[in-house]
Amino acid sequence: MLDRLLEREGQTLTELESEFEMTRFGVMKHLRVLEDANLVVTKRSGREKLHFLNPVPIRLVHDRWIDKYTERRIAALADLKTELESTA
Amino acid sequence: MTELTDDTRTTQVFRVYITAPAEKIWDAITTPEWTAKYGYRGPATYELHAGGRFVVNATEQMKTFGAPDVVIDGEVLESDPPRKLVHTYRFNFAPEQTAEGFTTVTWELAPERDGITRLTVTHDVTGAPQAAAMIAVDADVSLEQGGGGWAWILSDLKTLLESDTARTP
Repeated sequence: MLDRLLEREGQTLTELESEFEMTRFGVMKHLRVLEDANLVVTKRSGREKLHFLNPVPIRLVHDRWIDKYTERRIAALADLKTELESTA
Repeated sequence: MTELTDDTRTTQVFRVYITAPAEKIWDAITTPEWTAKYGYRGPATYELHAGGRFVVNATEQMKTFGAPDVVIDGEVLESDPPRKLVHTYRFNFAPEQTAEGFTTVTWELAPERDGITRLTVTHDVTGAPQAAAMIAVDADVSLEQGGGGWAWILSDLKTLLESDTARTP
């Protein structure tokens, strides 16, 4: 569903529904979960409710966690190199 | 109605929840002192009234890459501190971007429970594919190459305000 929104931002429930082999209720349930996770943001435009992909939480996860793990791995390799070279 | 829907399809929305009062976030968005501390770090200056000027100056690092003094400019359309700020927005890193003209950015701040503020940035890039590419998430473009967009700026802003120490890219 996020892929569909990335391809085309600001879709209505009806538009999203037409792209999935899922009931309207099923699509609504999925969207609700994504909205609760702040991955989907809705905006009103007249009578329509438009859905947008919000990439910020993904970036937050990247900045807070992936970077941290990468740093640790690099540190571990650096330590390994120091240790191997000092015992050689 | 159909036309309106088509227009909103070239709008991108970015939302982040920050544990800080709206007033503090407002200052972090609108003052050069704060804007130099997160994201791309170009200091931003706003004349906070309708018709006021909005300018982002180049950092020293941007200038070494040949960026002009004013890398982003625009005009303030609406200023309602600390709730809503609307202004036009034009990138000037390359002549093609300047030629593309102005897009519109809307900042909305809404207090939530427990001292949390919801910040939503809505960028209408209708008819401006170059600006759309600049602000979007593109995993293939590194920060050094100018990748990152609003998602990265807002992530860095959150980190800065919640810890008062911005991470370096």
